[in-house]
Amino acid sequence: QGRDLIPVLSTGEAAPRFLCSKSNSFSIFQDQAEQFFRSGHTNNWAVLVCTSRFWFNYRHVANTLSVYRSVKRLGIPDSHIVLMLADDMACNPRNPKPATVFSHKNMELNVYGDDVEVDYRSYEVTVENFLRVLTGRIPPSTPRSKRLLSDDRSNILIYMTGHGGNGFLKFQDSEEITNVELADAFEQMWQKRRYNELLFIIDTCQGASMYERFYSPNIMALASSQVGEDSLSHQPDLAIGVHLMDRYTFYVLEFLEEIHPASQTNMNDLFQVCPKSLCVSTPGHRTDLFQRDPQNVLITDFFGSVRKVEITTETVSLDSDLAGFESNLPKDELATEPLKYAEQLPVAQIIHQKPKQKDWHPPGGFILGLWALIIMVFFKTYGIKHMKHIF
Amino acid sequence: MPRPCWARPWCDGGRQGLTLPAVSHYRLFPKALGRLVAALGVQELHLALTQGFWRTRTWGQPPLQAPAGAELWVWFQPTVMDVDKAWKELSNILSGIFCASLNFIDSTNTVTPTASFKPLGLANGTDHHLLRYAVLPREVVCTENLTPWKKLLPCGSKAGLAVLLKAERLFHSSYHSQAVHIRPICRDASCLAVSWELRQTLTVVFDTFSSGQGKKDWSLFKMFSRTLTDACPLASQSKVYVDISPKNKEKELLEVTPTPASVYEAIVQGDKRTYAVYDLLSPSLFNTSRSLNVQLKWKRPQDSSELPTPVLHAQRYVSGYGLQTGEISTLIYNTHPYRAFPVILLETVPWYLRLYVHTLTIITKGKENKPSYIHYQPAQDRRRPHLLEMLIQLPANSITKITIQFERALLKWTEYTPDPNHGFYVSSSVLSALVPSVIAMKDVDVEQSPLFTSLFPSSDGSSYFVRLYTEPLLVNLPTPDFSMPYNVICLTCTVVAVCYGSFYNLLTRTFHVEEPTRGGLAKRLANIIRKFRGVPPL
Repeated sequence: QGRDLIPVLSTGEAAPRFLCSKSNSFSIFQDQAEQFFRSGHTNNWAVLVCTSRFWFNYRHVANTLSVYRSVKRLGIPDSHIVLMLADDMACNPRNPKPATVFSHKNMELNVYGDDVEVDYRSYEVTVENFLRVLTGRIPPSTPRSKRLLSDDRSNILIYMTGHGGNGFLKFQDSEEITNVELADAFEQMWQKRRYNELLFIIDTCQGASMYERFYSPNIMALASSQVGEDSLSHQPDLAIGVHLMDRYTFYVLEFLEEIHPASQTNMNDLFQVCPKSLCVSTPGHRTDLFQRDPQNVLITDFFGSVRKVEITTETVSLDSDLAGFESNLPKDELATEPLKYAEQLPVAQIIHQKPKQKDWHPPGGFILGLWALIIMVFFKTYGIKHMKHIF
Repeated sequence: MPRPCWARPWCDGGRQGLTLPAVSHYRLFPKALGRLVAALGVQELHLALTQGFWRTRTWGQPPLQAPAGAELWVWFQPTVMDVDKAWKELSNILSGIFCASLNFIDSTNTVTPTASFKPLGLANGTDHHLLRYAVLPREVVCTENLTPWKKLLPCGSKAGLAVLLKAERLFHSSYHSQAVHIRPICRDASCLAVSWELRQTLTVVFDTFSSGQGKKDWSLFKMFSRTLTDACPLASQSKVYVDISPKNKEKELLEVTPTPASVYEAIVQGDKRTYAVYDLLSPSLFNTSRSLNVQLKWKRPQDSSELPTPVLHAQRYVSGYGLQTGEISTLIYNTHPYRAFPVILLETVPWYLRLYVHTLTIITKGKENKPSYIHYQPAQDRRRPHLLEMLIQLPANSITKITIQFERALLKWTEYTPDPNHGFYVSSSVLSALVPSVIAMKDVDVEQSPLFTSLFPSSDGSSYFVRLYTEPLLVNLPTPDFSMPYNVICLTCTVVAVCYGSFYNLLTRTFHVEEPTRGGLAKRLANIIRKFRGVPPL
């Protein structure tokens, strides 16, 4: 599912150095090869989680949908995005414009759109389901769209938003996930080789506490506020009646709207996105676990999708003759007499339906004991000589 | 546990059921559903996702009604050994395809009806143990459910009638119901071969008054904010039917533009109806303009009630006070002037409302009405809901009232939803009836009749089959205060720490007398000054 075509050039950092002395043109190819595979990932995934329920938390759903929109626009397909929304705002009876979620006042940008696929809805967004999605320990009957099928060459973007505190994030007003649990989940992902690099963005109050405990390699984390600070919302819309977005995600969305799939903007620009003058809180980031320099990490490494394309100039001819194909299909058997539709309300049949047979269970201990007692008392009073009359 | 056929007294070992063809042509039929039907041995599948409630008394008889939330009922083929396992897998796979929380369907909300929900397609005998029915009344329907529904169509939403279906307009409505029906049907009139049919229906009720129009005139552009431009190239039939039936035998009450090429008259649901037909495949339709915008204008202002009262309609409500007991009442109205007919009522009540069947009363016209057939399956806590099915005879022109009392159970604290004060839903009850039609219906050729009349197979012309749903109920269960465990822990720990801590200190610490220290330099200087002032030293 994630394996795209690997071009003819060599893979990874182990470029064939023994060939570089041969000719100048080949070293150009080798540089291109190294640049091509600088990041080392072959597919991109995104897990976007909104953890808040109730109408007044409209802004958290709008946050998550804005990131979903940017990520889809930059190329990650729906099959590689796991979107978890804890409540439905678009078709909420209190929404004056149904099937829309706006991110800017005066209803400029509808981030819900017409082509949205929500994988985990409403009551399904729980801590257990979130951790199962991350670690891959999912019940076997889960459909594909609800799984994170990443491998060791996947770059994963994880975005979480909601209400949080020092060291925890609240899920749906009834349970919490702690930073220790999250760090352990990432370690499980690392040990099972479920990611190549991971970008973790969190937009909650005291968000920086959530990434304090990470200890697995190749994780970069961004948060909207430091410990002890609150993340604030951007602006209310008087027609809808609630705050539409949080400040940090609003400015991140503005920043992402400038990015296109071929941009070379790197992570250092993302770290500068919301200074204290605009955001009121101080956004933080953590890069010590990340092996590459953030200067060399492109935004599209995480927000966009890798498409390695091999261009060929050969022509491929399609078989236009389908007559043989049609005749190979199995012929259906014909019935001997005309079939008929079932009767919708067969009154006579219903009334005379056979009474449902009860399943026969062997008698339980109590019944057996009772009968044994009765028989014992009987033979005690009347004597054993009557037994021959019974049997 | 599944028992083999020879151990089940009601299983006809010899009957194999219908031999259904394999689903293999995916040119038009979507592969996702085809593979599902083949892998799990499904004979019929009906899934409906609905937002809103159909108001039968003001809007008339619905063409096809569905209960609020998600409704799924499936007939499995007799070759399926473990029906419950197949049912669970089916609901999980459908939840992935339609982005709905159908994975919450389990044994606590699944029932096996014995008299209702007979197969709508071809069937050879009906063993009701192959049927499963479940409703999720709390399910929300939004754009993410409409998107995969549109993607199942061969042309998607790019061509044909589906270009009109934009989510922003469709969900701004009083009622929105989308459904998917898969069933085996006769391939042609002789009915010797079987084909699979996938039918997708979308029923929407727009409220022109609330969306700012003010008048009852409508047009496609006003409703959908776009017009039809062409037919889907893969379609063999693409038609728009507009109901222009004259009320009270008056003509010229309304005007439809553009002028329809043909008019179709039929008896639909016991009523004589006239339809204006626009065939998108006919080349003359798009001659003058590239788009088709059907408009309807009323010549005279209309008063409010023009729709005739439907013959059968029902209402359900919960009564009682407090959080201990209550009563569910269902009222069924038969407004036919002289004909009586039977109706099957199916009620599914969750296990946490404990029904008392000895309080079940059915009263018609002041007298008790004994049902001809009752099937009651009591609930098992946390395993199975209540199932009550009754076949009741409704006399002509009467109101039947069915009441049953219940008691509310206390749930374990982990079983409450994150928003328990919203209440808990009881799914709609289902009424299935063969309603006698006022006008006799002729046997119509199935090929010629429009698609919206051919879902329910009709056996004779004197009655038509209708399936109605009542309102879902919202009951409050006794809800604990979820912040109390935290409060209790804080309070108890404080009390224990203060009392026990003090006692521990008193009993285990040894006390020494502390010699006053000489003090530092500053203290000695201060003491000298104080001695001079005559104040006691520090």
